[in-house]
Amino acid sequence: MGALFSFGVVIALVIIALVGVKGAHLQALFGVVIPYAAVVTFFIGLIYRVVKWGKSPVPFHIPTTCGQQKSLPWIKHNKLESPATGKEVFLRMVLEVLLFRSLFRNLKMQRSGDRVVYGSAKWLWLAGIVFHYSFLIVLIRHLRLFTNPVPSFVSLIESVDGFLQIGVPNLMMTGVVLLAAVTYLFLRRIYIPQVRYISLPADYFPLFLIMAIAATGILMRYFIRVDIVKVKELTTGLARLSPTVPDGIGSIFYIHIFLVSTLFAYFPFSKLVHLGGIFLSPTRNLANNSRMVRHVNPWNYDVKVHTYEEYEEEFRDKMISVGIPVEKNPPAEENKTEEASEESEGKE
Amino acid sequence: MYDGGKIITGIIIFLLFATFPFYYNIGKANVKPDPKLDTPVIKQLAEKKCVESKEYMRANHMQILDDWRNMALREAKRTYRNAEGKLFEISLQNTCMKCHSNKNKFCDECHKYANVKPYCWDCHFVKEGGAAK
Ligand code: HEC
Ligand code: HEC
Ligand code: HEC
Ligand code: HEM
Repeated sequence: MGALFSFGVVIALVIIALVGVKGAHLQALFGVVIPYAAVVTFFIGLIYRVVKWGKSPVPFHIPTTCGQQKSLPWIKHNKLESPATGKEVFLRMVLEVLLFRSLFRNLKMQRSGDRVVYGSAKWLWLAGIVFHYSFLIVLIRHLRLFTNPVPSFVSLIESVDGFLQIGVPNLMMTGVVLLAAVTYLFLRRIYIPQVRYISLPADYFPLFLIMAIAATGILMRYFIRVDIVKVKELTTGLARLSPTVPDGIGSIFYIHIFLVSTLFAYFPFSKLVHLGGIFLSPTRNLANNSRMVRHVNPWNYDVKVHTYEEYEEEFRDKMISVGIPVEKNPPAEENKTEEASEESEGKE
Repeated sequence: MYDGGKIITGIIIFLLFATFPFYYNIGKANVKPDPKLDTPVIKQLAEKKCVESKEYMRANHMQILDDWRNMALREAKRTYRNAEGKLFEISLQNTCMKCHSNKNKFCDECHKYANVKPYCWDCHFVKEGGAAK
């Protein structure tokens, strides 16, 4: 159900863009106004989310660890799995963000006879990392549409990405790989019953959206071509904040950019915001130093306590007058304190 | 904010990367391509027309070249009939480049703008307007 609903929404988005451009000739709306609105929403939304996280206190010190904590000097400390200092946490974060190390540990519960065993399950990690890196490369390659002159690192990436020299226009591998990876991630949700059970429209929608973006991009590059020179006039106009809308760009371009705008606008309000969230995960970004540094729950207020001494101080006269024994009797003061200190010495 | 310094540094680094296209172009001339159609052959044409319509050529000339290559080399067909029924000899060098003999003022104008570097010229020969890519 969730999948069908999300698919329907993506199809509706495609139809909206198609009707808007073909029927209503709203090129300026779909080519300029909506993309700007989406990008502004993206930046403000993302910063808002990150700042909000930053303001949330972390009540407990909860780094997840899977290695030897820093301890006595002759016990080997696992610096990556149980970082004790800021520098070690930084290293761990870098590897987490760039290599998805914790996903690499993904396990799968299986039955072996009547025993339960946990086997390794790397496919999710592989598809995940391939998906994220090809997305990044596709995004960087798109800079050729937004910069003039095009910086040399973009050309370098293009020439590596297209080195197979298949077809005309030259096949860019990452575009196809992106579509394949996102398709795998979708099929995984459908085929594994447990994963399907916990999948919501919010899980399917981004997958379909990205699938549709990649599919329209590939269609536009290899099959239903558009005039890239005009497209670039529009896109550099956007980047230079002096938008122009040349006529004669095919509708497929507006569909692509409308889906992309939807993705950007949707980003801060969805699970995709893990782009920022990964950096603010307490289980990842805290050092495992709770035996060295005291972590105080930031929302602990100063608890008002009324100690027995204060109580006695307040009511001593009344207590003495009704015959309740008191600890601190002005005349017997020395006696009592001596006793008390003897007691505490005795304990030690 | 807790750890505000680190978080704000992170946000600033992110913005520096993410807004790259918005500041990169500042102060750079936005040179638009201006493909020149003033070659001797085109000047002599009675009807200044390409193989197909101009709009079609702008978006699909690479498709035509690819089809031509396949027709010539796989199907041994060396003539192309366009939408109007006019015939052209299938050849990159002797057809396209005869009319568009000014490669660096025509093909390369657009290609530099769009940052494409067709590798066709590794093998195919370009006359005078040539060598420069
Ligand atoms: C109106 C501008 C324009 C002119 C003129 C032009 N091209 Fe192109 N050409 C383009 C654009 C833009 C692309 C890239 C399309 C893309 O990236 O999808 C391209 C791509 C190509 C490609 C595919 C390159 C690849 O590796 O992807 C070939 C081949 C090509 N052009 C050949 C030519 C030849 C030969 C000429 C001159 C006779 C020429 N073009 C003139 C704009 C132009
Ligand atoms: C008969 C001469 C002739 C031949 C052969 C020819 N062209 Fe053209 N080409 C022209 C003319 C003339 C124009 C301008 C058309 C117009 O303005 O309507 C043109 C326009 C173009 C354009 C659009 C340029 C622009 O400024 O928008 C491209 C791209 C192009 N040709 C590529 C090619 C390619 C690739 C081939 C080979 C497959 C080719 N041409 C073969 C004469 C020719
Ligand atoms: C590895 C060298 C090589 C490269 C690179 C190359 N070609 Fe060719 N091409 C050839 C050869 C060899 C022929 C055969 C010539 C013949 O039989 O007439 C040919 C023939 C063709 C033909 C048909 C015949 C003719 O005379 O033009 C077309 C069209 C063509 N190539 C287009 C392209 C395009 C477009 C590119 C760039 C995307 C390209 N070629 C890249 C070697 C190459
Ligand atoms: C506002 C932003 C974007 C614009 C203006 C844009 C525009 C374009 C254009 C014009 C093409 C055709 C390129 C060509 O013909 O050579 C294309 C291709 C493509 N786009 Fe986008 N796009 C944008 C964002 C994205 C995003 C965020 C994705 C990521 C999912 C994406 C994925 C693709 C893919 C996979 C292709 C296929 C060709 C390739 O691999 O480069 N696009 N895009």
